[in-house]
Amino acid sequence: MLNLFDQKRWSSIIPYLFLAPWLIGLVVFSGFPFLSSLYLSFTNYNFVSSPNWVGLKNYLTMFTQDPQYFQAIKVTVTYVLVAVPLELSFALFLALLLNKGIRGLGIYRGVYYIPSLIGGSVAIAILWQQVFGDSGIVNQLLGYAGIDMPSWVGTPDYAIWSLILLKVWQFGSPMVIFLAGLKQIPQEFYEASSLDGAGKWKQFIHITLPCLSPIILFNGIMQIISSFQAFTPAYIISNGTGGPVNSTLFYTLYLYQNGFGNFQMGYASAMAWSLLLIIAFFTGLIFLTSKKWVHYGDQG
Amino acid sequence: MLYPILWMIISSFKPTQSILSDNSLWPKDLTLSNYIKGWKGTSGTTFATFYLNSFSMVGLAVIGNVLSCSLTAYAFARLEFKHKKIWFALMMMTMMIPMHVLIVPQYIIFNKLEWINTILPIVVPKFFAVDGFFIFLTVQFIRSLPRELDEAATIDGCGPIAIYFRIILPLTVPAIVTTTIFTFIWTWNDFFSQLLYLSGVEKYTVTLALRMFTDAGGEAALGSLFAMSVLSIVPVFLIFVFFQRYIVEGIATSGMK
Repeated sequence: MLNLFDQKRWSSIIPYLFLAPWLIGLVVFSGFPFLSSLYLSFTNYNFVSSPNWVGLKNYLTMFTQDPQYFQAIKVTVTYVLVAVPLELSFALFLALLLNKGIRGLGIYRGVYYIPSLIGGSVAIAILWQQVFGDSGIVNQLLGYAGIDMPSWVGTPDYAIWSLILLKVWQFGSPMVIFLAGLKQIPQEFYEASSLDGAGKWKQFIHITLPCLSPIILFNGIMQIISSFQAFTPAYIISNGTGGPVNSTLFYTLYLYQNGFGNFQMGYASAMAWSLLLIIAFFTGLIFLTSKKWVHYGDQG
Repeated sequence: MLYPILWMIISSFKPTQSILSDNSLWPKDLTLSNYIKGWKGTSGTTFATFYLNSFSMVGLAVIGNVLSCSLTAYAFARLEFKHKKIWFALMMMTMMIPMHVLIVPQYIIFNKLEWINTILPIVVPKFFAVDGFFIFLTVQFIRSLPRELDEAATIDGCGPIAIYFRIILPLTVPAIVTTTIFTFIWTWNDFFSQLLYLSGVEKYTVTLALRMFTDAGGEAALGSLFAMSVLSIVPVFLIFVFFQRYIVEGIATSGMK
């Protein structure tokens, strides 16, 4: 009897043995920091003296008295709203081309995918700084076409575009996901519709897009979440300043400057929580509208 | 597509003064001097140190992620415990939190532990399964394995621990490979954490050393900057070449970034 009882107890403990590392990590590295950054966001904390409670002051300063903060929002939202749709359209377009059953699909897929793996690295940001510099290859090519451009990364109006193009250049990973999705669309749909006399464009609008819509939603949300948090390219291209004239002041870069440059850690925490809310707002908005444009197979 | 990368590779073999003037893809004189000069690094610390730092950081991160995520995934996929659904939902939610929300308190904790300017803040959390993404990936993989295997083993007298080591672990090798590849690439490229926690030149990783080059830089150092940039991509590129199948299938089936 006693032995049986022990065995039972032992087997109820086993799952927690497997879970232990994760549970500790959840508390120490996620749960506790999550709550304490919420607390810190209502304090004035400079890392040396202990935090003192200031209520909503950080949030009020952010939204009413900090033009830099607005600039950071403007830059980041522009970046996300331009780069993500461009990147996804490009990814979809190439996925459609590659899905026609061309030779050497694996090679094309690989070549297009490489930028996604290294696009976020310092090396590529350095490369980009040169490619879009005063006499970089982009301007040389434009020069052949008779277009004279200043340095992209050195001019406030163009600097953000070099970052947007860097993002679009990494279209490989959503493209691979689109390709997998395209393979799932039953071939009969196309056969039936061409019997009805539908052309390629009509098929794209009425079959491909609706069937692919759950994947478009998924790709869109993933890319929005990750591009709101983009940091490295802006940091490298502007040498950590967000310049020229704050034109590449990404949200996370401004957060970093506040938290770890000026050690205003309360303010940085308030910025981080606002970022969480901003991302939640945009993804929530997309989910809400998705009922109108996303079609799941089981609904016909 | 790959033109910018090709241009960088070729430029890294050109004498510095001709990089921006001569942009033909087949330059007249090739030289290794950029690599030799670049490898020396700065202030007595060479790229040999930077590579050693990067590889030990990445190596430990991979071991941590593989061990901890595999253990956790087994519990979620096969074992029964209280409030499993809530725990699972919590795990999925941690994946959605932007790292910036956690970074300030984490920095304070690591500072209290006197871990700043070591790789510990980057490496230790990996041993506690903080990357929910890899848990999720492995859970999905274990769920696809037939339950009959577990049942047969139970009849043969195996407990949950023996089942994990004898059946599940050997069969999840593809998930482990995917975890290894992506932990390697993401940790290698993760500039933000390295910038935050590593401050002494002797602790610098390849990524941070490159950033330092751009600071010191100017046109004169462009050649060695390019050379070391090319070298910094080589490990990621080699992984891509050898494990392409795992990478592309991994993304296509699990939809990772």
